[in-house]
Amino acid sequence: MSNEQENRTTGKVSGIIANLVIVQADGPFAQNEICYIIHNGVWLMAEVIKAQGGLAYVQVFESTRGLKPGSPVEFTGHMLEVSLGPGLLSRNYDGLLNDLDTMTGIFLKRGEYTATLNTKKKWDFTPIANPGDRVTAGDWLGEVDENSIAHRIMVPFKMEGSYTVESVSEAGQYFPDEPIARLRDENNEQFVVTMVQRWPVKKAIKAYRNKPRPFKLLETGVRIIDTLNPIVEGGTGFIPGPFGSGKTVMQQAISKQAEADIVVMAACGERANEVVELFKEFPELEDPWTGRKLMERTTIIANTSNMPVAAREASVYSAMTIAEYYRSMGHKVLMLADSTSRWAQALREMSNRMEELPGPDAFPMDLPAIVSNFYARAGYVVLNNGKTGSITFIGTVSPAGGNLKEPVTEATKKATRCFYALSQQRADSKRYPAIDPIDSYSKYLEYPELQKTLAETISPEWIGHVNRLKNIMIRGKEAAEQINILGDDSVSVDYHLTFWKSEIVDAVLLQQDAFDSIDARTPLQRQRYMVDLLLEIIDAPLSFDGFEEVQPFYKRIIDKLRQMNYSQFESEEFLAFRAELKEMVAERTGVEV
Amino acid sequence: METKALQRIYTKIGQITKATCTLKATDVGYEELALVDGRPAQVVKIVGDNVTLQVFSGTEGIRTNAEVVFAGKPPTLKVGDELAGRFFNAFGDPIDGGPKIEGEEREIGGPSVNPVRRQQPSELIATGIAGIDLNNTLVTGQKIPFFADPDQPFNQVMAMVALRAEADKIILGGMGLTNDDYLFFKDIFENAGALHRIISFVNTTEDPPVERLLVPDMALTAAEYFAVDKKEKVLVLLTDMTLYADALSIVSNRMDQIPSKDSMPGSLYSDLARLYEKAVQFGDGGSITIIAVTTLSGGDITHAIPDNTGYITEGQLFLRRDTEIGKVIIDPFRSLSRLKQLVIGKKTRADHPQVMNAAIRLYADAANARTKLENGFDLTEYDKRTLDFAKEYSDKLLAIDVNIDTVEMLDTAWALFARYFSPEEVAVKKEFVEKYWK
Ligand SMILES: Nc1ncnc2c1ncn2[C@@H]1O[C@H](COP(=O)(O)OP(=O)(O)OP(=O)(O)O)[C@@H](O)[C@H]1O
Ligand SMILES: [Mg+2]
Repeated sequence: MSNEQENRTTGKVSGIIANLVIVQADGPFAQNEICYIIHNGVWLMAEVIKAQGGLAYVQVFESTRGLKPGSPVEFTGHMLEVSLGPGLLSRNYDGLLNDLDTMTGIFLKRGEYTATLNTKKKWDFTPIANPGDRVTAGDWLGEVDENSIAHRIMVPFKMEGSYTVESVSEAGQYFPDEPIARLRDENNEQFVVTMVQRWPVKKAIKAYRNKPRPFKLLETGVRIIDTLNPIVEGGTGFIPGPFGSGKTVMQQAISKQAEADIVVMAACGERANEVVELFKEFPELEDPWTGRKLMERTTIIANTSNMPVAAREASVYSAMTIAEYYRSMGHKVLMLADSTSRWAQALREMSNRMEELPGPDAFPMDLPAIVSNFYARAGYVVLNNGKTGSITFIGTVSPAGGNLKEPVTEATKKATRCFYALSQQRADSKRYPAIDPIDSYSKYLEYPELQKTLAETISPEWIGHVNRLKNIMIRGKEAAEQINILGDDSVSVDYHLTFWKSEIVDAVLLQQDAFDSIDARTPLQRQRYMVDLLLEIIDAPLSFDGFEEVQPFYKRIIDKLRQMNYSQFESEEFLAFRAELKEMVAERTGVEV
Repeated sequence: METKALQRIYTKIGQITKATCTLKATDVGYEELALVDGRPAQVVKIVGDNVTLQVFSGTEGIRTNAEVVFAGKPPTLKVGDELAGRFFNAFGDPIDGGPKIEGEEREIGGPSVNPVRRQQPSELIATGIAGIDLNNTLVTGQKIPFFADPDQPFNQVMAMVALRAEADKIILGGMGLTNDDYLFFKDIFENAGALHRIISFVNTTEDPPVERLLVPDMALTAAEYFAVDKKEKVLVLLTDMTLYADALSIVSNRMDQIPSKDSMPGSLYSDLARLYEKAVQFGDGGSITIIAVTTLSGGDITHAIPDNTGYITEGQLFLRRDTEIGKVIIDPFRSLSRLKQLVIGKKTRADHPQVMNAAIRLYADAANARTKLENGFDLTEYDKRTLDFAKEYSDKLLAIDVNIDTVEMLDTAWALFARYFSPEEVAVKKEFVEKYWK
């Protein structure tokens, strides 16, 4: 709660329509300003979303049950802000960054707000800046060790203009709210900096020099992404799909396996049991890149579907703000939001309650702008000190009726570069992950910057191979259609071969069991090995006397390849399957693969 | 519903619509209950001193000078162990002729459980039905609906599952139940000797539809009492949630709200999630599991009601009549239990996940073969085998009249694999083939 005792505007509740409350204000207030409604001694947080003739229309982040007209309201003078500082990692927050673990009782109590950061814990501080240095917002003054991750203490983002460092505390243990540096501005005014700063979540943090085009692959261990539709450091992507098609499983796999320093997960309007899974697994599972516990690099923000609707919108902004904060320290941040449709629906509910002119499907007219501004906060940046950082952002979209021609999907498609469309049909036939191999894309594959790094880091032929694989899938689909129209025996055997070659790619490369300890994550070099092997098998000059022979042969091949996927890479078992494959192909062709 | 003494009584209603009355009143709280001419109503909007009340049974015949009495509180339920074995209406008043409940009064639709206080569900619910236990295993703390056309025997299957589930309490929330179905539930529970474990909140087709809106909250408030205070395993049955959602749309249409897809209110997702998310597993053994029914029209799951439901629940059980074997089956394609991976292969035999997936893949191959056949093409020898497999699989494992344990289900599946296929065609991990192939 605000403790500054200036002349704050106050007001009185004059209307209540679900979580939209109309407040008669006795003074000026700002759009998006935070206020508190005092109901029977409980302070309910709310945000101004419209101003009209002295009336503030506010969305309340809590249930409004029992609220009465006349209840007092206090405005705070600032927008929705969060505290940023060491100790954000390994925490479970609600959408407003209240620490869920320090709340009392089994049930969420209305009006109970807990501190984002633990101010009772001391951190090991090491100075970076020196007295006399010229600094601006975002510059690094020192650092603390947060779960072995260098947490930089920066010049607060709110500080405009440039400053001279007067002093920086010497190395030692400090509380987050203790002064660690003193700065002086051009007018000789002194400013004290602590490890904690506050930032309004709806504003992007822009303390960087520039935002070049991304060029580096971000490995996820998910084959259909890394090989066929790669996401990059600082890239954007989205996963639309009907219910039960695998959006959450996909995102969770990425969150566990991706080559990221920091992971921020926003569970936005989805199931509580899904976040419980994260709470339970993340403290135990290992980050495959560092061997440390996954939770040490992760922050979870949970606004589950039964939590206050207005806080859903806040949850994605809070998450993005944390992501930007760590990016400014020079880290590779991965941010995931499941599901951005729930956020859009929260906007719709509010817009309808305010009787605004509705856009398509009753969503607010400015939905596309809101979505694209939000995705634009991701990206790869060069910081003022020349170091780099990135936010890779992947959101899920839950299209109504599974129809991709609905406003949220369309708006998100325009705002992102990777499209991972989950198909109902593939999910129904348990071809997981159900990403449609033909409709999905990564625009980054067309980036010469990425092509160059792929050629250097994987192999010069890599892009060629990827395009071939895509082509095999398209041709396989065409062949399947022909076979279905004309019948098995009315097409030449070649059609069957074309189809079954695509089935190999599908079964072995695209399909991946997220629940198998080995298959779940395929490192890039193993992906490369399998791609080379598949292409060799596909290119072997096989001949068949009739279409009846094709399917049994390929089924056996696929079975062996899948067994390889389930075996430890290059283990004895793995190599034994490899040898069996070699024999099977040689039997048919005399060719060694 | 009782009202307190010394309440202000109003007799001047300014506006009456089909579902609401608006009058000038002060000191009224949001969501407060009231009686309008003796009919239960609830505050849905306050603007200045204009208070809008939704009258549950509709406003037909209400006069502008009707008496309006505010209750000073939102809807509540009196909870206590005496709830067990009783039948109530949507307002929590007994309809079985028994005495009123004397217990602690609790607001219905209370706050959510802090997610960090939840436990990950891990206790398998055995139903004996292989279409569920083998392919779509249920877990305590889960929320899952049956998706079924109105002519499917969903209430029968649900009652069967409930009785086999070994729950401490079964709470039935009936919405728009026909009197016959109401009596069906009463009889089947009574015949099973389970009546003392059952609590029912029922809105029948004879009651005003909007009253249904209170039923799930009543049922879930009772459920929370037994799960939290008594640490019991509670199973909540909600049927039919489509009729609940219809009532939501009636209200929002009458209040001139902008409808979104299929004339449903834009808040449908949140409205349904608020209820289904009451399903929970606590650390001390208490749990609430919700099994619901969502009726479909013509099998269309893209309609806003099943669609939003599917996005909220942890899977769905899709009932379909298999004409070939003449039985109702749990369709393995459209059905899903998302919590099954927490128990299958862990609480059940290790081959469970692979066997389940392999059987469904082969069943999918059979579906392709059937399409070929319908298009007039010749079938390969493999196609024919898949069709034979599918028929037996459907009869022995998918049909709802199956009642066996999971080991027997898995053994049956292996026997079918061996009868119709080679190990390569089944494509499961080698270690399992070596152990179970017969
Ligand atoms: N890669 C995978 N491997 C194995 N099973 C999978 C995979 N992806 C999804 N599944 C199965 O599909 C189910 C549904 O997946 P998930 O919960 O991710 O769907 P969703 O798209 O997030 O649905 P919703 O929109 O309703 O949240 C999982 O519980 C799991 O059984
Ligand atoms: Mg999901």
